[in-house]
Amino acid sequence: MASTPSPRRTKRSGRRSPAVSAALLIIGLLATGGTYALFTASASAETTTQVKDLASEGQKLFAANCASCHGLAAQGTAVAPTLIGVGAAAVDFQVGTGRMPAAATGPQAEQKPVQFTDEQTKALATYIATLGPGPAIPDSIYLTGDADVSKGAELFRVNCAMCHNVAGAGGALTEGKFAPSLHDVKASHIYEAMVSGPQNMPVFNDLNLTPEDKADIISYLHYLDKNPSPGGVDLDGIGPVSEGLFVWIFALGSIVAITVWLTAKSN
Amino acid sequence: MAEATTGSSVERHEPPVPSAGTAVVASDKLENPGFEPFRPRVSDLSPIKERQNERRVGWMFLASIAGSVLAIAAYIVFPIHHGDPGSVRLNTLFLGLGITLGLFGLGFGAVHWSKSLMEGHDLVEMRHGTRGSEETRAKAVEVFTLGNKESGFTRRKLIRNTLIGALVAIPLPAIVLFRDLAPAADPVDQLKHTLWKKNTRLTRDPEGTPIKASDVTLGSVFHVIPDGLNDEEDHIEQKAKAAVLLMRLDPKDLHPSKGREDWAYNGIVAYSKICTHVGCPVALYEQQTHHLLCPCHQSQFDITHEAEVIFGPAKRPLPQLPIAVDSEGYLVAQSDFHEPVGPSFWERQL
Repeated sequence: MASTPSPRRTKRSGRRSPAVSAALLIIGLLATGGTYALFTASASAETTTQVKDLASEGQKLFAANCASCHGLAAQGTAVAPTLIGVGAAAVDFQVGTGRMPAAATGPQAEQKPVQFTDEQTKALATYIATLGPGPAIPDSIYLTGDADVSKGAELFRVNCAMCHNVAGAGGALTEGKFAPSLHDVKASHIYEAMVSGPQNMPVFNDLNLTPEDKADIISYLHYLDKNPSPGGVDLDGIGPVSEGLFVWIFALGSIVAITVWLTAKSN
Repeated sequence: MAEATTGSSVERHEPPVPSAGTAVVASDKLENPGFEPFRPRVSDLSPIKERQNERRVGWMFLASIAGSVLAIAAYIVFPIHHGDPGSVRLNTLFLGLGITLGLFGLGFGAVHWSKSLMEGHDLVEMRHGTRGSEETRAKAVEVFTLGNKESGFTRRKLIRNTLIGALVAIPLPAIVLFRDLAPAADPVDQLKHTLWKKNTRLTRDPEGTPIKASDVTLGSVFHVIPDGLNDEEDHIEQKAKAAVLLMRLDPKDLHPSKGREDWAYNGIVAYSKICTHVGCPVALYEQQTHHLLCPCHQSQFDITHEAEVIFGPAKRPLPQLPIAVDSEGYLVAQSDFHEPVGPSFWERQL
């Protein structure tokens, strides 16, 4: 799932022992962690009820962590899109799932351990939301997961299943891109993905799928998470072709093995 | 080879004896090598091994008994609770494992028994001859001759000819009935037209609610069916032809050819969802690359260039549905598709 970018420790022959590289790495990590801890402390101290303060905090975080790609005024650059008008929902999804800040340029920014605290994510989202009107963080009444499961399943089959697989297992797109698995994804992140259209996913705004429709889809995905396949091991719902291949290799393989044993002479 | 007499004869095979006749046998003709020489098995030579194999077979049958008991126990221990798929899963899993152990133990035991302990020589079981005896053949001819004589089948020509006529007529009603299973209307015409007409509103799949042009924000995708589809008697068949994907791009990204400039509305374009390769629904739309991917055979269509094929086995671009906006702001079709949707067929002229 989330592929953590492991810092590559190349062996430098003779000049430096590997222990030094490891020590440097640990020192670096501690320094970064310490800075973050200070940041968090100052953030929580400063986070009053004022949205303005939150936004200015978010602006600082943005300048330090995001502006190198997205531009100092979030206007976008050649390597990253503008964030004016993407709304708080897009920030909460991208940063809250660890997709942003991106580890590297590639076919798509992948999920990885979350880099910011909830408070910092909120500050960033508040700042981006002040830049232009965009989808907001969804109301919690749509995120309970106890809406109409069968309606949600129908909407999921029509709008989502072609990319994300009918069981939400995800699937391949073109040139290294893929639709991720939807198992155990937070309700708010599912909602925000639909409303903001992250990366190559199209937008499903509230006029296409109403908030109630989105609540139904979330309920369906939560139902899949909670209820295992009654038929036994479901191979993660990887789809008919891959499941067929599994049967071809393992079931037919064992039939061949048994046939060989049946006709072999006893020693 | 020894001559076959009856079907049930089982004989021990001996190496072939060269013929003393005059037939010329080509020197490179492959000779029947017969069976390999008999090789005694360990259980033939060692009484200890024999007892060991005997115990093994016994253990397998005991495992089979254990499996059957396990299946009964699993059925009782993991009952199915209504509305809990997890309990169904446990129940079927352990029931299946128990029955599998029962059957496999029995089968493996029986095979191991026959292979390691029973008589170990190779045997040939000869086939029946297919030709009946002279006596049986003569009897059959006699029965037919007598039948012909008694019924007068060849003598009474009226009866014979009317009988043949009746037998020819019997299947005719079935042919007439089965002919009507084919589509009543011309299938080519049905393939060339869909439910879309001038001013048919574009509606959401599956509810059938109309779509305003202002609903379709940049980067959006709508799965679209024609207005009134859900009321059609054959709505599933109609949907299979009329399904449409609606997308909004930046109008600057679109490159319409001459005569198709007004088929889009403010960057909103509608394309048939039916792949021109073998008719899978093409709906994997990437909103940054504007590529549409068909999940069946990986054909890719470039929406910015009128859905032209940029990869994969599809030969033609997806047909575009010309759209406009009516007086209330809803999206409507300008006409039907200008070409048949979906894969090629024999009479398609394009």
